[in-house]
Order: sequence, then structure tokens, then C-alpha cells
Amino acid sequence: MRHSRFPAAVTALCLAFFYVPILILVVNSFNSSRFSTVWGGFSLVWYERLIHDRAVWLALRNTLIVALGATGGSVLIGTMAAFALHRYRSRLQDYHYALIYTPLVMPEILMGMSLLLFFVAVGIPLGLATITLAHITFCASYVAMVVLARLQDFDFTIVEAAQDLGAGWRTIIWRILLPLLAPGIVAGGLLAFTLSVDDFVITFFVSGPGSTTLPIRIYSMIKHGSPPMINALSTILLALTLTVAYATQRLIGKAEVKR
Amino acid sequence: MASDPWPGFARPRLVGRRPASAPGELVLSLPSLLWLGVLFVVPTAIILAMAFKPADPYGGVGSGWTLATWRSLGDPNYPAIVWRTIRLSCIATVACLLLGLPAGYAIARAPFRWRQTLLLLVVVPFWTNFLVRIFAWKVLLHPEGFLRNALLSARFIRPEQTLMYNEEAVLLVLIYTYLPFAILPIFAAAEKFDFSLVEAALDLGCNRIKALVLVFLPGISRGLLTAALVVFIPALGSYLIPDIMGGPAGEMIGNKIAQRVFVDRHLPHASALSALLTLSVVAPMIVVLLTRASRSPAGLRRET
Repeated sequence: MRHSRFPAAVTALCLAFFYVPILILVVNSFNSSRFSTVWGGFSLVWYERLIHDRAVWLALRNTLIVALGATGGSVLIGTMAAFALHRYRSRLQDYHYALIYTPLVMPEILMGMSLLLFFVAVGIPLGLATITLAHITFCASYVAMVVLARLQDFDFTIVEAAQDLGAGWRTIIWRILLPLLAPGIVAGGLLAFTLSVDDFVITFFVSGPGSTTLPIRIYSMIKHGSPPMINALSTILLALTLTVAYATQRLIGKAEVKR
Repeated sequence: MASDPWPGFARPRLVGRRPASAPGELVLSLPSLLWLGVLFVVPTAIILAMAFKPADPYGGVGSGWTLATWRSLGDPNYPAIVWRTIRLSCIATVACLLLGLPAGYAIARAPFRWRQTLLLLVVVPFWTNFLVRIFAWKVLLHPEGFLRNALLSARFIRPEQTLMYNEEAVLLVLIYTYLPFAILPIFAAAEKFDFSLVEAALDLGCNRIKALVLVFLPGISRGLLTAALVVFIPALGSYLIPDIMGGPAGEMIGNKIAQRVFVDRHLPHASALSALLTLSVVAPMIVVLLTRASRSPAGLRRET
């Protein structure tokens, strides 16, 4: 059968479409000229300015605090949920699955809006705490799905064998479940971390004074700030995400090879 | 995971599960049930309730119940925005399917080593910061930007035309943002598809187009459906893309919600709009679930 060239051409087009804007951004971050249309020579001046920008550092600190809290909370809740979903078959688990699944398909703005109303109604002051609570809420579902997918290949007879040999629950959790499921849990955690670091819309709704995160800072820079500095910041973020993405791929890939 | 951003659509086959409820089940389920109950179900219920509340003039919410907010959604500028939201989301979905179908197919048919690299190349934009991606387009389409100057000197556009702050710019970035989401489920379905069926169809005298429409497309219908949903639903709720690329000429429902919350402080209005958006998100999902259920009885419920 002769293969048509058309699909390959479209794929190449799509990839060009994906990367050209990003490449222009990266190239421009090294442009000493303020204007993206003029090449003023290679320079790191925007990176230097960025490093001396205190607001960006503060935003980075806030982002990391939230992301660590969100990762910890959502990994705990999501992993337990995944175990329950995998292990038990009951009406409760059907509802449980629906409840875990729905936040994944809700537009972010709805979740942001509803959480804002909730925090105002309950009287929790908006700030890093509310952002963290909101992030745990949407990250938990993602973690649960990732861990659940890993559990599909998990052989529970190992646990039964351990029980037969006299292992207690603590031994089973620490010596069998966690080591074997670590790749799934770590992948879920990395996903939660990236989602939290990236999130703008929900954060925008539930943040208060003094709780500016990096995406919110970038947003206000896009709206009123200097484009070359955003180019530099975007390039750094890009490099970081690529590193995390690569690490995750390696992790998942390794787990697959092992099986 | 990376090959399926919304894993729930590819429903896991759950084997070896225990039928009976045990105390362990409650201990494992309670944290997520409580957390999502309090921080997801209750807030959503508050939105629905708030849409029937009157607003007080100080940006708060009055007592009693009213339908006034819903009636005011009939104002001439709302249907226009709702219509634009639905129209742009539909066009973006169709465009993503048209591009995603050949791309997903090509990746699925590529040699194994290539496949991994191509997949990674598709996934990486999905991993990069959302704001960064939109900003990249703002730089590209900016009135002083490189693309407009090029088009201007090639006389493709007139000097008074801009590339940004219109519906087309919003649409372009919508497609840019959600295309990876469309490619992945189509790839996943095409990878599992048995291509000897297409060869059989060709041997039996089908032409290429017929084989594509009658054999390949039905074979990957689930992937296509997932692709359509993962583009359409987030597109309906977009806020940031029209906010940065659209300006007043490209506003969507999401922008109106944010405006009602942050500018006018009219929470009932924002809630009614959110309720409307929730309904328009839930409606296509229910349609899909029902059509799936009628096709395969096991489709709707989780496989047990």
C-alpha cells in the first residue's frame, strides 16, 4: 500500500505551529533591543534585570510554598483515593469515581469562581492558604488518576503472599506498596507540582493581597510590564518545565522497562 | 500518563477488586470524599444558589430569592457573547479535529523510535506554562511585531488592520492551546486500531476515502469523541486567551464572569453566568455518555 504524504506534512506543520512562537520568544530573550522587531545583538541584560527584580523573587517564593503544600496534600489524598477506587467495588466507589473525575472536566474558571464564593461565605481570608486549598482540590483528582492507572498493573497477590507470611499492615505499606508504587506516586506528585506552579485562573480568583504567585506576576507583567523581561522569565520557566518533563518521562519509561 | 492528559476518558479496566465493603474502604475513601465534598460540591452548590439571590448595591448579596438575575441575562449583549463563546469553541474543536486526525494518524504509523520523539514533541507544549504560550503569540501578533510588519510590507494587510484584539486571534490561540489535547487521544485510538482492516477494505475494492470514512473513522470514534470533548469543554470556559488576545471584540463568557466578580462586584450575576457555563459544559458530556451507553451497555458504568 502506498502511503500518502499528507498526514506527515500536517504533523510537520503542527509541530512548526507549536514551536515557532516559543522559539521566537526564546531568541528574543537574548535580544538587547527592547523591540522584538530589531535585533540589537546578543545580551543577557534582561536576565540580569530579572534577577534584581524583588517582586519576581517574592512571587517565586509564594509559588513554591503553594506548590509544595499542594503536592503534599494532593499526593496523600489522591493516592488513598486511587487505592480505594482500585480495591473495592461498591456503590460508594461509583460515586467516589464520579466525584474524583468531575473536577478534571470542569473549566477552571468555574472552580475558581465557586471556591472564591465559598471562601468568602465561610470567612477564610484570601491568601496563600486559600490558594493552597484550591490547588490541592484540583491536583488530587489528577494524582488519583495517575496512581489508579499505575495500580492497574499491580499484582495484589504479592500483598496476600506477604500477609500469609505474617507481614503486618505497616510492613506491607512500607516494604511492598510504597516501593512498588513509587514511580506512579512520584509521577502523580510531579504532575501536581507542575499543575500548581502553572495555574493562573483558579489562583487569580482565590488570591488575596500579598499572595502573588509567579503566573499572576507574569500576567500583570503581560498587561503592564516590559516584554523583554517576560521573554527572559518565560525562557527560564521553559527550561525548568523541560527538565521536569524529561525527568518524568525517564521515570515513567524506566518503570515500563522494568515490567 | 503523558499520552493521555485526561485519563478518565480511557476508562481503566478494574480487575481483582473486592465486592464487599470493608472498614478499610471507608478509611481510604473518606479523605477525598470529604475534601471534594467541602471544596468542590459545596462551592458548586453555592454558585447555583447565588444565581437566585438578589444583589445589594454594596457588592454583596441580599436576602430572599429572585429570578431577576436570570431575566437580566436576556439583555442584548449577553446572547451575543454566549453565541460567540459557543461559535468559537465549535470552530476550534472542528479545526483541532481536522489537524489532529492526520497528525495522530501519522504519529501512530511512525516507526517506534520516531513515535516516542514525536509524542514528546507534542506533549512539551502542553507542559509549558499557559501564560508563556499566550504571551508568545502576543509578541508574534503585536501591532509592532514581526509578523504584522512582514505582512504589511508584503501588502497582505492594510495599515489600519491589526492581527490582535479580534475574534480570529482568539480562535488561533484557542487552536494552538488545545491542539495537543486533540492529537493525543486520536493517536492513542489510532495506535490500537488494527490497520489490516483498512488493507482488507482496500483489497475488497474500497477507495482510500471510503476506507477512511467507513473503516478507520468508526474504528477510532472513541478517540475522536474524547478529542472533541477535551477541546470543546475547556474552550467554552476560556478566560485568559480572550482576555489577552481578544479585547472587547473577542470577549467570551469567562471574561464576563471575571468582570462581574472583579470589576462590578455583582456576585449573583457572575453566578448566573457560571451556572449557564456549567450547564453548557455538562450538556455535551451527558449527550456523549448517553450515546456511549446506548452503543455498549457496559460503556456508561465503570467496568467491574
